[in-house]
Parts: sequence; C-alpha cells; structure tokens
Amino acid sequence: MTQTTMSTAPAPEPEQPGGPGALRPLELARWGWRQLTSMRTALILLFLLTLGAVPGSLVPQTGVDPVRVAQFKQQHPGLTPWYDRLSLYDVYSAPWFAAIYLLLFVSLAGCVIPRARAHGRAMRARPPAVPRNLHRLPASETWTTDRAAPDVIAAARAMLRSRHFRVEISGEGLPVIAVSAEKGYLRETGNLLFHVSLLLLLVAVAIGNLFGFKASVLVVEGGTFSNTVTAYDSFEHGAAFDESRLAPFTITLQDLFVRYQATGDQRGAPREFRAKLAFSSSPDAPTRRYDLQVNHPLVVDGTKVFLLGNGYAPVFTVRDGTGGVVSSGPVPFLPRDRNFGSTGVVKAQGAQPQQLGFEGLFLPSAALSTTRGPVSVFPDLTFPRAVLNAWRGDLGLDTGTPQSIYRLDKRRLTQVAVTGKPLAQALAPGQTMTLPAGQGSITFDGVRRWASLKVARNPGTTPALGSAALALTGLMLSLFVRRRRVWVRAGPDGAGRTLVEVAGLSRLESESSDWLAAEVGEIAAGVRVAAVRVAAPREDED
Amino acid sequence: MSSHSLAQLSNNLLYSAMVVYAAAMYCYAADLAFSARSRPSKTPPDPTPKLVPVPVPVPVGVAVPAGPPERWDERGDRRGEQDAGRPARSDRVGRIAVSLTGLAFVVHAGSVLARGLSAGRPPWGNMFEFSSTGALAVTGVFLVLLARRQDVRYLGVFVILPVLLTLGLAVTVLYTESAQLVPALKSVWLLIHVTAAIIASGIFTIGFSQTICYLVQERRERVPIGERTPSFMDRLPPAATLDRAAYRMHAFAFPLWTFAVIAGAIWAENAWGRYWGWDPKETWAFITWMVYACYLHARATAGWRGRKASYVAMLGYATFLFNYLVVNFVLVGFHTYAGTR
Ligand code: HEM
Repeated sequence: MTQTTMSTAPAPEPEQPGGPGALRPLELARWGWRQLTSMRTALILLFLLTLGAVPGSLVPQTGVDPVRVAQFKQQHPGLTPWYDRLSLYDVYSAPWFAAIYLLLFVSLAGCVIPRARAHGRAMRARPPAVPRNLHRLPASETWTTDRAAPDVIAAARAMLRSRHFRVEISGEGLPVIAVSAEKGYLRETGNLLFHVSLLLLLVAVAIGNLFGFKASVLVVEGGTFSNTVTAYDSFEHGAAFDESRLAPFTITLQDLFVRYQATGDQRGAPREFRAKLAFSSSPDAPTRRYDLQVNHPLVVDGTKVFLLGNGYAPVFTVRDGTGGVVSSGPVPFLPRDRNFGSTGVVKAQGAQPQQLGFEGLFLPSAALSTTRGPVSVFPDLTFPRAVLNAWRGDLGLDTGTPQSIYRLDKRRLTQVAVTGKPLAQALAPGQTMTLPAGQGSITFDGVRRWASLKVARNPGTTPALGSAALALTGLMLSLFVRRRRVWVRAGPDGAGRTLVEVAGLSRLESESSDWLAAEVGEIAAGVRVAAVRVAAPREDED
Repeated sequence: MSSHSLAQLSNNLLYSAMVVYAAAMYCYAADLAFSARSRPSKTPPDPTPKLVPVPVPVPVGVAVPAGPPERWDERGDRRGEQDAGRPARSDRVGRIAVSLTGLAFVVHAGSVLARGLSAGRPPWGNMFEFSSTGALAVTGVFLVLLARRQDVRYLGVFVILPVLLTLGLAVTVLYTESAQLVPALKSVWLLIHVTAAIIASGIFTIGFSQTICYLVQERRERVPIGERTPSFMDRLPPAATLDRAAYRMHAFAFPLWTFAVIAGAIWAENAWGRYWGWDPKETWAFITWMVYACYLHARATAGWRGRKASYVAMLGYATFLFNYLVVNFVLVGFHTYAGTR
C-alpha cells in the first residue's frame, strides 16, 4: 500500500536491544539524549513536576507566609532540620524542583526542534500520492458518471482548493487521473507553538526574577515615602536588579477609607478599602491624585503600587519625669484578629531619668470578655480603647543590633508597678495614664489608620502574559484543528463510463471518524454537482 | 423585591430544583434498567458494508503510533440487533428524564439568578454560590450535548448524581448568607476567571463520568459477548466510543481550564502584585492542569493509551475535587473564598 504516514514527527527511534552498556561514549550520549527526549520520559517528568508541586501546598512556604513558617518550625523542632535540608519551606525555589523543570524543558527543546524541522519539511512537501485501495480508507464514496475523467478531476481540484486544501494532481494525460489534497497543518503548528510558548514563559519568569523587585511599606495617614530602597520596610530584588533605575516617585497617603459589613452572618467582613494618594512621578513633576483600591493598583513609570492591608496607629504623647514631651505621634499597631484587636509598643528613648517603654493592645471596638479579657468585637472604630502597661530601664536601642519596632526588648527593663501590682490601664482617646513616683505619663491622643502597600516592578509580567496567550492559541489549534487527507480519483470503469472514487483519512485516532465521513460525503456531492457544470458545454456538443 | 426575600426565593427555587433533579435521575435510572436489552440508537448501523473498515495498516506517525483501528462492526452487531425489539415505553421514560432535566435546569438557573440579584453581583462569591453555579454548569453542559443530538442520555444518572451531591453539600455544609464581596473579589478578571473555571469544571465532570463508564465497559468487554451477564451496561455505548467521548470532553475543557488559570493570574497580579505566588489554591489549580496535560500526553504515548490514560484523567478530577473541598477549608491561602470563618 502507498505511503500514508500522517505524522510530521521524527522517524521512529530504532530499538536498542543491547541497552546502553555495550555502547561507546558518543553512542551512549546519543542514547541518553534519545531517552531524555522521548514521550515516555516527558510523561514521567510531567508527573514528577506535578508531584513536586504538592508538598509546597501542605508545608507552609517562606515565600507565601513567613509567619506561619516560623510557627510551624516552633511546633515541629524535630522535623525542621530535615525539612530545611530538603528545602521544604521553599519548594518552588528548591534545587530539586528546579532540576525537574529544567530537565523537562531540556526534554521539551530536544523534542520540539526535530519536530519543527520535520514539520517545516512537511509543509513544503506535496500532498501524498494516492493509495491504491481508496475504498478501504475510513471514509470513501464511489460512483460512475458520463463525464470525462479530467473534467471530474478539474472540478474536484477547484472544490478542494475552495475548501483550503493543498492539492496536487497526478496522472495528467493518463487515463486514470487523480488529485491528492491535504489540510490541517495548523494542528502541528499549534502544537509546536504551544510547547515553544512554554519555553518562552519560563524565560519570562526568569526575566522577572532577575530584573524585578518587590518592596513593602507601611504608611500612616499623612505619611510620605519615596521609591528608594531605604524607605521600605522590606525590599527584595533579583540578581540583575539595578538600584539606580528605581523610578524617582514620592507618594503621600492622605486618607484611608474602610467600610465593613455591619449586619448578618458576615458581619465584620471588609467591604471596601480606599486609599487617597497624592503622588508625583519625580521631584519636579506636579502632584497628582489617585484612589488606590484593592484590584486597582497605581502604575508609575512601570512600577506598580498595590493596597494590601490596613490597620490602626494610635497617637500617643509620652512625657518623662521632667514633664517634657519625649515622644509623640502615631504608632502603628499590628492587627491580631479579624476584629482588629492589635498589639504594639511605644518606645521613649529620650526619657529621663530612665527610658520608658509601653506595651499594649489597641481595640477599635472594645469589650470585656469573661474568658479572654479585653477584646475587640468589630473591626471599625466604635469604642476605641488602648490598654497599656509600662516598662522602665534600658530599651536596648543603643547596642547597635536592629530591633523590632513592634516589640520591647525586656532584658534590661522593669515593669512599672503600683503597690506591687503591674500598672495597666484602658485609655479612651484624650485620657492619660500617669506613672507613679513622677516617672512620667502617656496620653492617648487619638487614632489614625495605616495602609500597607506593596511596590513592585516585574519586567517579566508582559512577556509572561504574551507567552501564555500564545500557548493558549497553540493549544486550541492543536486540539481543535483536524489534519486530514482527501483523494479523488477518476478513470475508466471498463464499461465506457468514468469511475470516480473519493476517500479521506484523518490522523486523529482519538476521535470518531463520523465527521470525516461527513466531510468526504460533502466533497463527493460537491464534485458531482460541479462536474456537471464544468462538463455541461461539452455535453451540448455531443 | 428586597434583597432578603430574593435570597429566600433563591433558596426555595434551589430546593425545588433538587426535587426535580431527583425525579430526573430516577427516570434516567429506569431508562437504563428497563431497556437493558433494547437500546434505541440515534446513530443507525451503517448500511453500506464497504464502509466497514477492514483494519487498514495506516501508519499514523511516530509520536502517535496507530491505535487499533476502530471496530465499527462490533458496534453494528450489538446495537443493530438490540434495535429490533425496542419497546416504546423505555424511550418515553428517557424523554421524560430529559424534560425533567430541562425543567430542573430552568428552576436551578432561576435560583442562581435570584441569588445574584439579591447580592447585587455575580453569584459566585463564596463556596455555596460557587457550588450551586458549578452544578448548574454541569447540567448546562449536559443539556448542550443532548441538544446537539449526541447520544449521551445513558450518562444521565452519572451526571445528575454528582449535581445532586454538590447541591446537597452546598445547602448543608457550605451554606452562606447572601452578602456583598470582600474587596479583593471585586474584579472583572475574577469574574472571567471563575466563569471559565466553573464551565471547565462542568465539562471535566461529564468527562469524568464518561471515563468511569469507559473503565467499567472496557472490563466488561473483555468477557466474550455470549458469556456476559446482562446488565444496564449493555445500554451504554461500547468502550471505544466512551473513551473517545471522554477524550473529547477533556480536550474541550483543558484549554478552558488553561484560560481560567491565566485569567486568575491576571487577577492575582492586579490584586496582590504578583501573577503567581504558589498559594495553595494556585498550586492545586496548577496541579490539576499538569495532571490533565499528563492525560493528553499519555494518550499519545505508547503503552499508556486506554486504561492507564483514563486513570490519569480520574486523578485529574480528584485533584480538582481536592482543590474545591480540601484546599478551601483546610489549607489556608490568599483566596479566602470559603465565605465566613
Ligand atoms: C512543560 C512540559 C509540557 C507540557 C505542559 C506539555 C503539554 C502538552 C499538552 C497539553 C499536549 C496536548 C495538546 C495536543 O494534543 O497537541 C501535548 C501534546 C504533545 N506533547 Fe507535550 N507537553 C510538555 C512537554 C513535552 C515534551 C518534553 C515533549 C517531547 C518529548 C512533548 C511532546 C508532545 C507531543 C509529541 C504532543 C502531541 C501529542 C498528540 O499529537 O496528540 N511535550 N503536550
């Protein structure tokens, strides 16, 4: 039977019965390469990558939630050395994870390149010769007609071309003449495009990781920051990031508006966050305004600013034993629960005779729980209270070691007490807590809100989106385009008439061939009708 | 109508839809049971004997070596004989089942619509709504297949059962009062993302049902025809047909799922400043995607076609269920989707 290979894939790999043992180094390398780029290996690597992604969703990840990682490490001290060794807290940047996907992509490249070459050849090749037994193909039709064979074939050719087949006539001038046609090359093109786009996606991700940065900053209402490394609370950047290319913008948080669900079983759920910003893209540029919301980042010169979270910054004034103000202003407290019960500290380094520290809770809607003491019962400000206790001594700020602004280092501090009991007081706005023995006082002046902003630039985002779009296009072509061949042959039937055969063959063994039978039927019907028209004048002459 | 009474209406409609679904499922089951030996077939056996392909040695390529040629003759004699003595009753039951499915769909759609109107937004803001809308998508896909005159009525039980289970779960465990969205969920891309994910999961669900039918049928067909004990499985198409049908569903859902993942990444980029962060929800969407990619690959890999590939497809569906049920409640992530607590 005639050659009817429908594939553009490279030729079959000859089996190597001897295995690798008997081969010389070069052959061994070739053998290894063939193994790596085989479909079976690809499948195994795909499975491995899938499996490798699982632990990262079960074990807390540093990149997702560092706080939970710290908690987990505390709870599982025995596991941690092992987990660390296996990079289980950073699965997606672990060497073994990278090894799997890099191998997969090497395999992918090794698979795509020869297939692309073969496909290029197939696109230039002519549609294949006619198989001898057309009626044996999955879909075929046969009939006889009075029209001459060349007329039938001319009609068939026109018909197939109008259906965007590539056509080739064979046997011209001979009694039996045929047209071969092929269509659906986009299937393989799409498949290659899909796989190549995955490679591009990897490159885009790498670009983002190399050149991008992400930073976070907490700004209190009225506060300003500029886009410089030192202005941020945290700053991460890629290996090829260049600090001098940070866009020189400044942003002021003018006002933060927050609204919560007030009733129903979702009471307290956030409904709206809006941060009113004033920003200028460079020191000389005019100031503009922007309403920053979740899902609506501000974009300045390719750098994006996102609203991530919010909280309260109670405003305190601390006076020391001399009566002078030693600290005043808003102090960000960190929310600890859904109702924004928050914790924080106030440090008065300049207080005399001893440094003063305050530790406490801020409750936007305070209530007294019999089991848990003072708690907040709603996230918005309905009954704000600051519950504080006081410490004196050495805050430890002069030692040079960096210290959290949310915690007191109590090693050289003594808790302030009255008649042996630790001093603690719940303050309403405007109230003052006075320390005994003239050590000073703290006044709760009022409350402001803070917003946590994320500032990021990822030059890989657009390329990644582009590759993803290409991949999707390729995937759809690859899955929905059907590659098929159609042949039409006409010749004498031995009884003075012309025997016409139409047959089709598709590559898709995964699909039923109903559609192919339908298409062959349509083509056959079209050829019958068209052949009548083409042949009509000659019929008149007869 | 107030938002509260709309939500109430939505719930009542949902309970009504469940009753109609149950009736439809009962009819589908009756259709299978009563007509075990009398299959009405929409594709008549081919009259032209020359179309029955003698296994042609058609080399289909290297990446895809030719599978066994399709055995039309087998389908022909199984169905052809069965067609002869088809009683009208079973067909009537089948038609009633389809009508009931249509009715349940309309009532169910009404419930989803009322819910959306009551909350003033698309009805997939929490797990309850996601489940209800997802179940609606499954029925919708099934009705589309029926409307396209595909012979899928046999699937009725296997489609309505998961729909009912999902709705049962929704009204009991997952129920959440109608309310507005948290700010992070207010986004066009979220809408696109969830719509695509819901439709894709509807199609995957049907593909999953077909895969199970295929696996059972394939095992059954290993017994020679004469020795098989009669069963409702006789009503189902032959294994090869079921396998192809399941493949078609998966091949259709996969790009849609891909699109859903991409739309989700665009949304994440807008909301949190990174398009991919490996939070558990994203990770499992990726895992589902990879497993279905494995399935498509497996079908093109020698030695994996048929049963093994089908197991991979089932694994894909299991990962989807894991994402929907376990990840939302057990593994915490950014996607605080599970409604309240
Ligand atoms: C990043 C890893 C990969 C992913 C996510 C992936 C995904 C896919 C998907 C979804 C398909 C189905 C679409 C279609 O049928 O055209 C497919 C097909 C295919 N893939 Fe991959 N693939 C990957 C790597 C590879 C590798 C390494 C090879 C080579 C060994 C390969 C060779 C093929 C071939 C030959 C097909 C066509 C199968 C057919 O004709 O049905 N793929 N791939």
